[in-house]
Amino acid sequence: MRKVYHRILQIAGNVITVEADNVGYNDLAEVTSSRGTSLAQVIRLQDAIVSLQVFAGSRGVSTGDEVRFLGHPMRVSSSPNLLGRVFTGSGEPRDGRPSIVDDLVEIAGPSVNPSKRIIPRNMIRTGIPMIDVFNSLVESQKLPIFSVAGEPYNQLLARIAMQAEVDIIIFGGMGLKYDDYLFFKNTLDEQGALSRSVMFVHTASDPVVECLLVPDMALAVAEAYALDDKRVLVLLTDMSNFADAMKEIAITMEQIPSNRGYPGDLYSKLAARYEKAVDFDSAGSITILAVTTMPGDDVTHPIPDNTGYITEGQFYLRNGRIEPFGSLSRLKQQVNDKTREDHRIIMDTMIRLYADFKETLEKQSMGFQMSSWDDKLLAYGKKFEAQMMDLSVNIPLEEALDAGWKILAECFDRTETGIKTDLLDKFWPK
Amino acid sequence: MGDDMLDNNAGRIVGVNGNIITAEFDTHVTQNEVAYIVVGEERLKGEVIRVRGKRVDIQTFEDTVGLKVGDKIEFTDELLSVELGPGLLTMVYDGLQNPLNELAEKSGFFLKRGFYLPALNYERKWEFTPSAAKGDSLKAGDAVGCVPEGIFTHRIMVPFSLKGSWKVVEVAAAGEYKIDDIVAKIADEKGGTADVKMVQTWPVKIPITAYKEKLLPEDQLITQQRIIDTFFPVATGGTFCVPGPFGAGKTVLQHALSQHAEADIVIIAACGERAGEVVEILREFPHLPDPRTGKTLMDRSIIICNTSSMPVAAREASVYTAVTLAEYYRQMGLNCLLLADSTSRWAQALREMSGRLEEIPGEEAFPAYLESLIAGFYERAGLVKLNDGTTGSVTIGGTVSPAGGNFEEPVTQGTLKVVGAFHGLSRDRSNARRFPAIHPLDSWSHYRSIVEPEKIGVARQLLIRGNEINQMMKVVGEEGTHTDDYMIYQKSEFLDYVYLQQNTFDDIDGATSKERQIRMFDKVLAVLESKFKVESKDDARKYMQELRQMFIDWNYSKMDSDEFNALEKKIDAKIAEKL
Ligand SMILES: Nc1ncnc2c1ncn2[C@@H]1O[C@H](COP(=O)(O)OP(=O)(O)OP(=O)(O)O)[C@@H](O)[C@H]1O
Ligand SMILES: [Mg+2]
Repeated sequence: MRKVYHRILQIAGNVITVEADNVGYNDLAEVTSSRGTSLAQVIRLQDAIVSLQVFAGSRGVSTGDEVRFLGHPMRVSSSPNLLGRVFTGSGEPRDGRPSIVDDLVEIAGPSVNPSKRIIPRNMIRTGIPMIDVFNSLVESQKLPIFSVAGEPYNQLLARIAMQAEVDIIIFGGMGLKYDDYLFFKNTLDEQGALSRSVMFVHTASDPVVECLLVPDMALAVAEAYALDDKRVLVLLTDMSNFADAMKEIAITMEQIPSNRGYPGDLYSKLAARYEKAVDFDSAGSITILAVTTMPGDDVTHPIPDNTGYITEGQFYLRNGRIEPFGSLSRLKQQVNDKTREDHRIIMDTMIRLYADFKETLEKQSMGFQMSSWDDKLLAYGKKFEAQMMDLSVNIPLEEALDAGWKILAECFDRTETGIKTDLLDKFWPK
Repeated sequence: MGDDMLDNNAGRIVGVNGNIITAEFDTHVTQNEVAYIVVGEERLKGEVIRVRGKRVDIQTFEDTVGLKVGDKIEFTDELLSVELGPGLLTMVYDGLQNPLNELAEKSGFFLKRGFYLPALNYERKWEFTPSAAKGDSLKAGDAVGCVPEGIFTHRIMVPFSLKGSWKVVEVAAAGEYKIDDIVAKIADEKGGTADVKMVQTWPVKIPITAYKEKLLPEDQLITQQRIIDTFFPVATGGTFCVPGPFGAGKTVLQHALSQHAEADIVIIAACGERAGEVVEILREFPHLPDPRTGKTLMDRSIIICNTSSMPVAAREASVYTAVTLAEYYRQMGLNCLLLADSTSRWAQALREMSGRLEEIPGEEAFPAYLESLIAGFYERAGLVKLNDGTTGSVTIGGTVSPAGGNFEEPVTQGTLKVVGAFHGLSRDRSNARRFPAIHPLDSWSHYRSIVEPEKIGVARQLLIRGNEINQMMKVVGEEGTHTDDYMIYQKSEFLDYVYLQQNTFDDIDGATSKERQIRMFDKVLAVLESKFKVESKDDARKYMQELRQMFIDWNYSKMDSDEFNALEKKIDAKIAEKL
């Protein structure tokens, strides 16, 4: 029987302190107040004083409430029975069905030994030219969608998830609007994917700090499945809520902020999650697609900035389109040399010319006379936006490459493209 | 290793805050000594980083989950050290020099907490040839003999920690020995004796200085990257940094250098970055041929890999581990290139530690002593004259990942103060896919180029003018620009496309030898300096685009091949066309 403590010394923010002994760092405790029972986690030990973050928040917790230490860190079931189920951020069933406690694994486990990783090699086809042609998504990639409120990022996330060929989908929602939760659930259901999915859902109306557990829970389950040879896709939306919850705790703990109030270890904390993406040597894989909303559409804000330094590229979703600039798949070169010989050159050339188009557009808006070259670029830019960038376009990669050559040939002479002569000879439409 | 060094000096945990443990000790402690936290079967390594009264702060190199107040600490009295000896090459280590492949064999997919292995193979035998004789007088760093390690002659040296002059008492005969065998016995004037083994240990945070003197780095370290060797060169024994926003191409550039730079030994420190990027090296280097030696790239490499999800304190140690290994091979008269990606992650590890210690923070919460640590790290680079008169070098190139891509931040600024070359990557250039995205106007180097300074001057001037004209055209439009100016702009674009930009992923274009660069640059210069007769701006643009096309084809052709020669003729004819 574990000891129960009845004297809470301090309550500040969502952190409480008690005097207790024999408590392990990061162990869990249950805090029982008149509002019910919440999980809490040890975040500091100092002599006999234990600080805990209370996942349901400290509101209503009183000094005389009960704290019971569980003697272990957070765990989650990794059993196949999870499939088709929906849980809260702290792992309680959200679907009214019984809890699952078999095959418990500790969350936030150790790193994979880099020598047990292999080079990613399988392209995930999405039917979206801005992804398939220009920034191919690769199995085991970690990649966020950078966007702002109001953009259809959750729709895009769901669309990619539905088109991707994976065995299992693990969904982690943080600060999710209830509508968005239903949208994901219904989409999974309609496409018949719910039975191979697990959802951990923290909604906007749930206590803020509870979302801190979501990525670790989702990824721990994903890891267990991947070790069992499954190709797992993890969806995390919105990681900005996760980062903000961390900031809240850091401020309560009086940590010195590094940048705009965010803790100095934001990078390490985010990396610990994203780095769970893996292609195992002789087992399955984990691919992570996330959403990061950028406060004020500012990519230099600490959340997108640190994320960009961690992930293997990002898709910028702006004005309902995936922006060619700034969007990047760093793993694309692992796969785009095995698709079609002209893949890379189409990718490079079309983007370069689109950049030139943007410049011309600027000149035009300033009222400058357009040269014949400018006119060509203007025509090109229009076609590129309509036939490549528009998110309604849903075509296989090969068709998109053909369309690329067609657009180039309609707009330019051969030498104006800067493409190597041998490729021109082979692919330039006659 | 410290395991057998238990001198009863123990302590107990009194606090845990992230990876910082506060402990009370019984007898004495040494700043920066290694301590082990004992939890059941596990012994977790840590380093003492602050002593206050009867309490010490220890940064642990492991996850601290489950640690309790009262858990036992063992102090070792030894500073954090690495093992030096034959067999380091081709190894893949974590930041504390644990061999990752061997760990994987023993503990599988995950890095098990508190599981450590020796850095070197103590069973393997090496073919030792003595070079010292009984009665010889030697100093620290002098060789007593050597063993072949791959294509290199690995010197077995008098331990660096020995002071003064030593006489050889005995040297082992030529033959096979394990690294722990004694290959020589030496004695000093006062009658002290010491054993020389093939393996010695050295504390990572202290530079190895068993050489005669430091020299001024003058010779280029050829990287085969045109924009670097020609415009912003790196010297053998020099330092350079590559700051840039995320995705601007720091890592790709470092990988290119690790493959193509003409150094003897390359040490790659993957410090707090993505594991996936290291995997590419781990999996590819054993198969990529090193054209200079006929062996694989792995045979000249050591990889230190403490990626972002691995323990933060070990990340801090990893850059020191890496530079110590580089210094070790420098002592053998070899040229070592250390590539650290990213030094900002190291600085962040310092920041996390400093924050937990509640030190008074400097800018952006980095510790106030950050600059001196950065300077101290780059100071470990250098060209040195060894005791035997030969030279060896350590060249250090570090990437910097500034928050928000803004170079006005402590790590970039602290680094710029101490390095010899600055390769600043630009977001605009990487967005426009102009790789390598080194900014041709903002970057600089204090070292000497492979091309004469006058020629570089012409090219730089043209880039500056071209940029000015481009800016002006944005205001007055093309129509308001004189055709001569327009031509200058076109020429600067031409220089950018055919010379500054380079396709890293192409076998031929990805690496341009010194000879080829010199030859190519002259040809490019011929274009830049020619006064072409063009009728209009359209004519100018078209002509320059055609020239560009030819040069690009030329870049992709193998040097001195028939195709190469034919293209050169075509280019000459094209240049003559408008003269
Ligand atoms: N020389 C190059 N040629 C072609 N593409 C490049 C080149 N350099 C970089 N890229 C592209 O840019 C991507 C990002 O490059 P890289 O990973 O080197 O960035 P980084 O500066 O190291 O970013 P981070 O700071 O996030 O690690 C690459 O995956 C590749 O697609
Ligand atoms: Mg990088």
